[in-house]
Amino acid sequence: MAANDFSQTIYGKSRRGRHGYHIASRPTEAPRDIPREYLREGRIGLPEVSEPQVMRHYVDLSIKNHHIDRDLFPLGSCTMKYNPKVNEDVAAMPGFAGLHPEQSDDDAQGALAVMHALEQALVAVSGMDAVSAQPAAGAQGEMLGLLLARAYFSDRGESRHKVLVPDTAHGTNPATASIVGFETKTFASGKDGRVDLDVLRATLDDDVAVLMLTVPNTLGLFETQIGDIVELVHKKGGLCYMDGANMNALMGQARPGDFGFDMMHFNLHKTFSTPHGGGGPGSGPVAVRSHLEPFLPIPRVIEKDGAYHLEYQRPKSVGALHSFFGNFGIYLRAYTYMTRLGSDGIRRASSTAILNANYLAKRVSSHYPVPFGERCMHEFVATGEPLKKHGVKTLDVAKRLLDFGFYAPTIYFPLVVPEALMVEPTETESRETLDRFAEALLRIAQEAVDTPDVLTSAPTRTPVRRVDEASANRNPILTVPMDS
Amino acid sequence: MPYTYHTDDDRRAMLEALGLESEDDLLDVIPDQYRLRALLPIERGRTEPEVLRMLGRLADRNAPATKLVSFLGGGIYDHTVPSAVKNITSRPEFATAYTPYQPEASQGTLQVIFEFQTHISRLTRLPVANASMYDGASALAEACLMAAKITRREVVLVPGSLNPRYLRVARSYVAGQKIELKTIPVSSAGDIDAAALKRELNDRVAAVVVQTPNYFGVLERPWDLQNDIHAAGALLVASVDPVSLSLLKPPGEYGADIAVGECQPLGNEMSYGGPLVGFMACKQDYIRQMPGRLVSATKDVDGRDAFVLTLQTREQHIRREKATSNICTNQGLLATRATVYVSLLGEHGFTELGRVCHERAHKLAGLIGALDGYSLRYRAPFFREFVVMCPTDADSVIETARKDGVLAGIPLARYFGATARNLLLVTATERHADEDFEKLCGALSRAALVKVG
Repeated sequence: MAANDFSQTIYGKSRRGRHGYHIASRPTEAPRDIPREYLREGRIGLPEVSEPQVMRHYVDLSIKNHHIDRDLFPLGSCTMKYNPKVNEDVAAMPGFAGLHPEQSDDDAQGALAVMHALEQALVAVSGMDAVSAQPAAGAQGEMLGLLLARAYFSDRGESRHKVLVPDTAHGTNPATASIVGFETKTFASGKDGRVDLDVLRATLDDDVAVLMLTVPNTLGLFETQIGDIVELVHKKGGLCYMDGANMNALMGQARPGDFGFDMMHFNLHKTFSTPHGGGGPGSGPVAVRSHLEPFLPIPRVIEKDGAYHLEYQRPKSVGALHSFFGNFGIYLRAYTYMTRLGSDGIRRASSTAILNANYLAKRVSSHYPVPFGERCMHEFVATGEPLKKHGVKTLDVAKRLLDFGFYAPTIYFPLVVPEALMVEPTETESRETLDRFAEALLRIAQEAVDTPDVLTSAPTRTPVRRVDEASANRNPILTVPMDS
Repeated sequence: MPYTYHTDDDRRAMLEALGLESEDDLLDVIPDQYRLRALLPIERGRTEPEVLRMLGRLADRNAPATKLVSFLGGGIYDHTVPSAVKNITSRPEFATAYTPYQPEASQGTLQVIFEFQTHISRLTRLPVANASMYDGASALAEACLMAAKITRREVVLVPGSLNPRYLRVARSYVAGQKIELKTIPVSSAGDIDAAALKRELNDRVAAVVVQTPNYFGVLERPWDLQNDIHAAGALLVASVDPVSLSLLKPPGEYGADIAVGECQPLGNEMSYGGPLVGFMACKQDYIRQMPGRLVSATKDVDGRDAFVLTLQTREQHIRREKATSNICTNQGLLATRATVYVSLLGEHGFTELGRVCHERAHKLAGLIGALDGYSLRYRAPFFREFVVMCPTDADSVIETARKDGVLAGIPLARYFGATARNLLLVTATERHADEDFEKLCGALSRAALVKVG
């Protein structure tokens, strides 16, 4: 097979001497007051392309993407809902987009008001006492949660080393525990896919700092014994952290603060509809009960008599996780969304998300069984196991869905379900779309019987077909070589 | 309710298919004691025009730097964002796509990341770059963790001239890992005190961080330090401003093992300091210890060029507690903007950008240095940012200038305490015209008079 030639990258379209965007209206000179040893020699090696070429190049790339404005994105645990366009207009308002973070609080009263209002709205949704919006993503929110736990125990003169997670936990939970210097202990879920109180009891000891739990869990199931779970951990002196990736099922219906959790994070880019941008930016605000509030990161947004200021003097704070105040542009989008929906719309959104997931599960479970029951919350995990006898794997189902113009569900996660297909349709899909998706899945099940080759060789209608991941792993090519 | 489609008939039919009477029945799985019966204590929904009016009023309560004459920098810079960059990245194909887990339906995002990696690699002259980090601060913090893991050592030396906000984040990140951050003093010239650094180097040192330009705008001389650093078995971590790499010697040419920085200045709005977008590049040997996503070129089954996420076994969703980092969602859309920005400016425009920024900053420094009572704090070469010694405390200078609609700079006392109270950090970019300089100089002169009066 011929090597990649990179002719279709922006570098392949470069011609020496061609200009794109000009910064200066007349010729510029190399600096004379910086000694030569500090300066770069020779060319940087950047492409030389015109503005129209750049437009065509990136527009051409863009149409190779699946995206939510095109069709369903049923990725479980990712909450790919419609991203309202008004959110973008608000974030682009010059009064917000043009603010420099080193400006005085006086110059930023409107921005601080939004940060404060967003944090208060999240306090209401969570049933907690305080929120710091600072973490830049859910995983950084988890990191903050564990830093808070560390600071809390150290303040009490305790030293605890373990973080407990169920086997259905997101990978970020154990990864975060390691980053913060905790040891992860994974325990098995019960037969019903939920936490088994006896197993938890046997796993708990005085060295457990935090139990991290996703509610509803990654099987789309509510932890019906949540009160007992939290109480068990608290009795051993530990803290309970809720991974809020699945808050789209709970918002307006039930509050983690009422379950007894000490802290949780939100994913604004999931639950509150900010666009995923092909992998970010996200935002992972953390909500806490009052005993953890003194440890929240600096700065805090404080309101006093209708005026806002940023407060840095917090002696017990864990410090900062972001250069400034977190992903402010994402706060604007999420706050716009929450304001638009309001208390009534938020409640309706979660119940519709649950309705859609249950309806879809019902429509496909004849061919893709749902091992942990059919009554789910906002997502369900089905299995492609029955297709295996035809030589078809879940991966093939996922790839064939791309041919039907859909994105694939999350696959092979959680690990407790073999050949897992984790489906989250969200509330912004119509019944027709759900039906179309169900029919595609059922047709694929039939194809597995009739024409399994079609599945194992799918996709065929995408810009490229199955790609060679193995050779990329053996010999990664991460850049356009200098000579092309 | 906005953004959902169901008619009442739809809902009825869907419930019927489930054998349920009402949507409420779906929530029975939540124990009764936790079910909210009332609405949350926030306002009810509003129409789009109502929301726009409300948020518009809040926006009007801000006085954004872009509507004033601003000389603020400190890691966040006001550069022109070309219209083409905004246009491309507002496309839903980029904005509303997910992380490219299914490569066949994500080639656009994957190729953009690949081009981003290439841009960063060429700017830094390091062979490997990742798909982005949250910001320059967390990129530096992750580089410290990475260096500690590679060397199995536990001390990281950081200069006293490091961006204080980066230092704050690095402290939070290393707190759990028993890694010690030790500060190296700043010389009278404003750069790292090389003798002091040498004294601190020993077999416990995992890495030395060199930020250039440093927070005071001063250019460091990492090539004078790299032999000692490497001889001690430590890694050299360079924290660099990508715009400065248009003119300045790249990290790969002075032996940096890891380079990190902030890509906000590459086509992204300041947006009150977030979202930002960090980058990380490194030597080939360290690729498997690198955090974050990586995209590789590959082929599809028909032999067509294609792109795919690679080395995912480093990542949290596969490796769990053994992952190189917990990073998952990163800053894709901002990295896309940086990619298009660098492509659009290209070799010529990017070089122009650096030259114009430097020419502007140099001219402004000359004008301020000639004002009565004002001088430059350091004589060392700088790129587009420098420290001014004021005849009075910087806060009062800033206050005087603000009355004229000028943001004079960052008062260093904000981060370095009372001994820095007369010091002002001033930045110039290609957006400044001579008349902006006159405004600032006029305000500075008046502030000096206020002191005398």
